[in-house]
Amino acid sequence: MAKLVLEKVAKSFGLVNVLPGVDLDIEDGEFVVFVGPSGCGKSTLLRLIAGLEDVSSGDILIDGDSVTHVPAADRGVAMVFQSYALYPHMTVRQNLSFGLENIRMQRPEIERRVGEAARLLQIEQLLERRPKELSGGQRQRVAIGRAITRDPKIFLFDEPLSNLDAELRVLMRIEITRLHERLGNTMIYVTHDQIEAMTMADKIVVLRGGVIEQVGAPLELYNQPRNAFVAGFIGSPRMNFVEGTIGEVSGETFTFTSPDLPAMTLPRRTASLAAGQKVSVGVRPEDLIVSKGKGSGWPVTVSVAEQHGANSYIHCSRPNGEPLLIHQPGQSAVERGDILNVSPVPARWHLFDASGLRIEIEPGQEMAPPILHTAIQ
Amino acid sequence: MSTTNWVSRAGFGLMSLPARVIEPVMSGVQRLIGIKRMPWFFLIPNLTAVMLFALLPVLINVFYSLTGSDRLYPQDRPWVGGRNYETLFDCTNYLDPSTCSRDLFWRALGNTLTFVPIQVVCMIGIALITALCLNREIRGRGFFRGVFFFPVMLSPVVVALTWQWILQRNGALNGIFSAIGLNPVNWLVFPNTAFFWSVFVTVWAHMGFYTIILLAGLQAIPRDVYEAAKMDSASNWRVFTKITLPLLRPVLLVVFILSMIRSVQTFDELYILTGGGPGSATMLMVQYIYEIGFAIQPRNFGLAAAASLLLGAALLVFTAIQLHLSRRAQNG
Amino acid sequence: MVDVTLARKSAPSGTFSWLFARRGRQGFDWSDALTYGFLLLGVLVMFTPVLWVVISSFKTPANLSEFPPTVLPYSAERVEVEGYAQPLPLFEVAGEDGEVRLLAQIRRVGLNAQMIDPQDVEAGPFTVPVASAVPLRQVNFVLENYTNLLVGQGGDIWRYVYNSLFITVVATVITLIMNSMAAFALSKYKFRGRNVALLAILATLMIPATVVLVPTYLIVAQLGLVGNLWGVILPTVATPTGVFLLRQYMLTIPDELIEAARMDHASEWRIFWRIILPLSSPALAVVAIFSILSRWNDFLLPLIVLNRREVFTLQLALASYQNENEIRYDLLLSMTTLTALPLALSFIFLQRYITSGIASTGIK
Repeated sequence: MAKLVLEKVAKSFGLVNVLPGVDLDIEDGEFVVFVGPSGCGKSTLLRLIAGLEDVSSGDILIDGDSVTHVPAADRGVAMVFQSYALYPHMTVRQNLSFGLENIRMQRPEIERRVGEAARLLQIEQLLERRPKELSGGQRQRVAIGRAITRDPKIFLFDEPLSNLDAELRVLMRIEITRLHERLGNTMIYVTHDQIEAMTMADKIVVLRGGVIEQVGAPLELYNQPRNAFVAGFIGSPRMNFVEGTIGEVSGETFTFTSPDLPAMTLPRRTASLAAGQKVSVGVRPEDLIVSKGKGSGWPVTVSVAEQHGANSYIHCSRPNGEPLLIHQPGQSAVERGDILNVSPVPARWHLFDASGLRIEIEPGQEMAPPILHTAIQ
Repeated sequence: MSTTNWVSRAGFGLMSLPARVIEPVMSGVQRLIGIKRMPWFFLIPNLTAVMLFALLPVLINVFYSLTGSDRLYPQDRPWVGGRNYETLFDCTNYLDPSTCSRDLFWRALGNTLTFVPIQVVCMIGIALITALCLNREIRGRGFFRGVFFFPVMLSPVVVALTWQWILQRNGALNGIFSAIGLNPVNWLVFPNTAFFWSVFVTVWAHMGFYTIILLAGLQAIPRDVYEAAKMDSASNWRVFTKITLPLLRPVLLVVFILSMIRSVQTFDELYILTGGGPGSATMLMVQYIYEIGFAIQPRNFGLAAAASLLLGAALLVFTAIQLHLSRRAQNG
Repeated sequence: MVDVTLARKSAPSGTFSWLFARRGRQGFDWSDALTYGFLLLGVLVMFTPVLWVVISSFKTPANLSEFPPTVLPYSAERVEVEGYAQPLPLFEVAGEDGEVRLLAQIRRVGLNAQMIDPQDVEAGPFTVPVASAVPLRQVNFVLENYTNLLVGQGGDIWRYVYNSLFITVVATVITLIMNSMAAFALSKYKFRGRNVALLAILATLMIPATVVLVPTYLIVAQLGLVGNLWGVILPTVATPTGVFLLRQYMLTIPDELIEAARMDHASEWRIFWRIILPLSSPALAVVAIFSILSRWNDFLLPLIVLNRREVFTLQLALASYQNENEIRYDLLLSMTTLTALPLALSFIFLQRYITSGIASTGIK
């Protein structure tokens, strides 16, 4: 059992306030991913949990006990470092057993644990090699193995896949997920890659500027981003934002106008909106209805059409020059210079107020499932 | 298996033995003083030695220079104020050392002021040419590098004795002279030839060191810069003056400052080769300090301290001027 | 056609081409000749003096005092003659009749020498004018200078060797441990006063040893270490250059390794001893080499601290031979060779370390 609770955990380096105060509960056995742009404090938060940095204020509790003033080694956590931090002058076996020797564990028990970890990660044949003689993926396994031998309550991963090439990254992603299913320990994983977050996490914690923007399951974040930042950060390619003002509000609809675009009427249901309010409409690239020629939607000009074969990414520009991206499954026949007419798929768009906060249009209702578009032939 | 690996394995094996004894003690220390004070624990031996044998001596030196008599222990030494400095500067005519009460000081100063620039310029010039040669695509580069470097390994005593053996009246050089029909020369007996050989021998002994630094500096200049210059059809001389020299300047500056500091401190080789002679023709400041402080009785520690402080101050000023000039050249 | 002209243009030529031309060219032109000429001249100037000393150390005292000196060591050919305990030197003697005979010299008396014919001992000794006798010599590397040095003089040399070795080894070990400890603290910890400490250590770079000669002597005297080997060892153990070099190297060791070790329950000392030191071995090797070099070759500090013959180092003993009224070149040369030998040999093996150490730090 390892439940982690952070209570108003704050950290500042000198005058720089990296984390103003974080509250977070992590349940036993959860796979939690901290994600955010670089400098958002996610690594610092992980290092505070590990005990590699001292908190400026606040409390860290593992299973109800405060570990704030417990040295890193005694917290019962293990960390997999970004650079793996394998001891270069020791063999894999020595790397795995160094920590156990330090606590004067009996030889046979060390051997047993090392053997077990090696079997689990399929690195048995590498035990007598040095880190220099291993490939990137193998080093990664050894680093995880070192964490496993310590039998920690919580595993901490600090961007562990960032040094691997794209193909290996996909493989290790799956492997770490499987490892989590097998071991069942609480794992905290830091990354700046939102795809890793989406694919691995039970729970994603989105951080910006040391503040938690949203906590939730991957698709929850994708479908109901609490603010424009989360909406823009989660999902690839990025969500399109169209800034504008609310025109007429009547009954169940309102009109949305942007200086360069024709007004568009959208449903509002229960949302209370005021005419003249500055808002932005967010639409994911795959949630745009596209037709050629004139229509009631927004007219955009194709600047580049990226054909990936299975998918098409059509980079367009609005009349005012701002970009707008359309994602279509399959192949597309549009060409540079074509004028397209786009409008959001009903119930697949988001509305944010001037401060970026989400305006719930249909409270209590699940978002409509994504629909298939009619591809332009 | 690389050498590094071999060394690290050997070192690793060696260190595990006393570690068993030391480690429990050290973890005890850590428990006792706490992890936050461990850096100080690591620092203190070295810092103590630095204080005791480098910083404290500077202070003591100031005290010595302001006190008199031949007594070693500070408590026995009477305060004389600036009299040691006055003695050193007691001259009727500063351009003529024989009018000074401490004429040897002025002769040593004059020798040092002649010796240092000549020696430094010759040494760096030859070292630079050698480095440029070694930087070319040549056969046996490692061998040549080794040959030019190996005198650096020799002790000053060995260097001096080697050259004395060659330069003595019946030495090899005079042997060659007589073989080609010239008269043998008593090289170390005439002031001018003694001075020449002083410069020659010190250059011989130390140039390899600077050659290596300059060579490393040359090799650090990226090759594509030369290729780009070639594409720009720059002439060879222009490439040398406009690319090589400017890019080498930081290294040259280091080499200049290092060699100047060392040149001012020249002692061992000349002490044995010429003993400062003939007369005082090759006596430099450090030897003067040594002579009045330790060799000539009664020992005059006060005067020696005063002279060494002046030497240190002069070094500091020269280094500062060099740094300043180079910075201005860099900016301008 | 185009290729040919391009190739011509790009080939360095002209007066200053040798000044900068880089590796990777083909062909051999006069600038190469100039380069090799300069380098070969360099080899001659750098190498022959030492070679000359080594060759000379194998000459007999008589051969050493000759002028002009012979290139190779020669010694008189000797022959065993019945009735004489020692082998006698052979001479070629031209008789009055012009006939050249091979005779052994028994003793020399003024302008005449008493000689004997080794083939015809019965004929007895006879007197020959020295002027008509030419010693018969052969190239012979005699080892007497070395044996005299090593066993003669009451074996004093071994004491000097011991003193030098003791100072070099002990001082180097202390230097390595102290410097690496300090470098570890200054590179891998953040603490109040770190920059001050670093500055204090590096500031000593600016203080030439000769400038603080007198007070160093005072402190050594206060510690009661005048005439004691420790008086030479202690004053220079805290080399700022060693700390600097090790610190620069340790900065390149990732902090994550230390954090990993700390999470692995390693004590700070264990981190230092088991992680940092083994990983710093290349830098440690460089510091060790320079420490050994400077200790073995040190002269000025031993000169003022070691005031008795029993504590002389090799360098002091060597210098003292030269100061005595009668210079014993035979001993001096063999001792010079022996003093330089260990370093010369180690240089062959460690050249790469030494030059890379200098190149990366500019220290000695």
